[in-house]
Amino acid sequence: MSVVEKPPAGAPPQKTGGLRAWFYKRLPIEEFISSQLTGYYAPKNFNFWYFFGFLSLFVLALQLATGIFLTMFYKPGEATAFDSVAFIMREVDYGWLIRYLHSTGASAFFIVVYLHMFRALLYGSYKRPRELLWLIGMLVYFALMAEAFLGYVLPWGNMSYWAAQVIVNIFGTIPGIGPGLVEWIRGDYGIADATLNRFFALHVVAVPLALLLLVVLHLVALRQTGSNNPDGIEIKEKLGPDGKPLDGIPFHPYYTVKDTVGLGVFLVLFAIVVFFVPTFGGYFLEPANFEPANPFSTPPEITPSWYLTPYYAILRGIPNQRLGALVLVLALVAYLLLPWLDRSPVKSMRYKGWISRLFFALFIVSFLGLVYVGLHPVEPFYVLMGRICTALYFAYFVLMPWYTRIDPVRPVPERLRFHAHA
Amino acid sequence: MADSGVIADEEFVVDESRRKLLVAATAATGAVGIAFAAAPFISSWLPSERAQALGLPTQFDLSKLEPGQMAVTVWRKQPIYIVHRTPEMVASLTNHDALLKDPGSKDSEQPAYAANVARSRTPAYLVLIGTCTHLGCLPKAHFEPRDPAIGSYWPGGWLCPCHGSRFDLAGRVFEGSPASVNLRVPPYSFPDARKLIIGVDQA
Repeated sequence: MSVVEKPPAGAPPQKTGGLRAWFYKRLPIEEFISSQLTGYYAPKNFNFWYFFGFLSLFVLALQLATGIFLTMFYKPGEATAFDSVAFIMREVDYGWLIRYLHSTGASAFFIVVYLHMFRALLYGSYKRPRELLWLIGMLVYFALMAEAFLGYVLPWGNMSYWAAQVIVNIFGTIPGIGPGLVEWIRGDYGIADATLNRFFALHVVAVPLALLLLVVLHLVALRQTGSNNPDGIEIKEKLGPDGKPLDGIPFHPYYTVKDTVGLGVFLVLFAIVVFFVPTFGGYFLEPANFEPANPFSTPPEITPSWYLTPYYAILRGIPNQRLGALVLVLALVAYLLLPWLDRSPVKSMRYKGWISRLFFALFIVSFLGLVYVGLHPVEPFYVLMGRICTALYFAYFVLMPWYTRIDPVRPVPERLRFHAHA
Repeated sequence: MADSGVIADEEFVVDESRRKLLVAATAATGAVGIAFAAAPFISSWLPSERAQALGLPTQFDLSKLEPGQMAVTVWRKQPIYIVHRTPEMVASLTNHDALLKDPGSKDSEQPAYAANVARSRTPAYLVLIGTCTHLGCLPKAHFEPRDPAIGSYWPGGWLCPCHGSRFDLAGRVFEGSPASVNLRVPPYSFPDARKLIIGVDQA
């Protein structure tokens, strides 16, 4: 193949001979690379918090790959599911590794997604003009919670069974249609073979397809508005003579290389968990799930996986089932309203005042508090702590239109604050 | 040129209202079609013929259930609690109405013949669906009155290990529980003194 001079970023593909040209003429590969990577300008001051979008994408790919292999050995069905998981663990070559990658991947997914969401809250990435980017991201998060729950049921351990029982019954609290809806979801009068089979179909086909579609939309919306940054300043407003943002650098090679370093660190930590502490002390794989499903024995303490416990703690703390379910839904809907609740003239916490910082800090503390409470039994101390955390959680959202308006914000600089490494 | 079969631009007038109507009619017909096409897929999720057949009434032999004992059987994949209450247990039901959310079972689910204080056809036998009305866990039996782990007020009953709902010996829920209504009573009947059938109102 002839040596081709690299075209400038964003330029139309060069007409050359050979196989490469044959492909480029028929597929817009070069346009894609230049518009999405080499010609896509991202703010130059990305910090630690900007690793987690890429890492979420990586974990998604990992879950798809390991999930496809698990599907080759797993057998859905009341009589076969639990044994087929034991078969994967004991008799399939490296089956244990594939399953532990998948189970650790589930928790890792939520860790990176929560850090990714924290970043968005910290730097105001949900604010105008990125409202839709945030909404699509939240739909990804909701789909991910559904996917994690459905996957949790598949091993058909006792915790799987009772998690399905409790979560499906939340739908039963809907006035009027509740009981019929629950029977429709289960396909039987209790959690049964029919339920497990449809959860399998949803977990391996329906929800992953929806997730992939939403992730693509999330990236398309990101390309449309461009990334926010720790200073919360729009880099598109300060263009150089070449029409490129003055404070922007091409995503490739700058951030692809940076993300690769982040991936390296992530994989070290991930491998430590997979090889040495795959159950993570009962938080990633719960002891009660090493017993087969038993409809006549509720595990002594039902706690969901750690990533769903905040909402579970909210649900549990409210002494009325219908109200509890309603507040649980509101806790999730609150995220969707965030772009319109925040009335602050600035995006980033760097330039927000002490009131916004205080409420944000209390929100983070209450969220972690709810994770903690949800992992503990229903005892008066935990119930009280759960209620206090629920109040703080909602205070962040409900009072936001008020406190962001009176908040003493700092002046935002014209250009990004950025210090190149010496 | 009109005579060559091609309509000239100036002759071509779009009737916007007609076009709007046709677009709306086509969209509406399509939507109805999609709704009809979706119906079989949605109803495929309903309990199958087999699940319905396996949900037929269940029989239980009462002769081995001593006073004060509880047995668990299955009806429609749900655990059914059957308690042979002692006269003391029945008497205990009248002393704590103030502590209950729904002492008269007004908002709770039970057949008409169980809409009474003892929530049963005959006070001696209590039949309940053993899934918590909160989110479906199995409440655990704590029949000992004044159980120190629960409190001095405790008349005996069930405690749900999941979210802490408490129920008395008629399955009525205590104030402060996350469950809002009493444990459900299934339809049941006694074809004779020794037999219980769960799932039918009349033997």
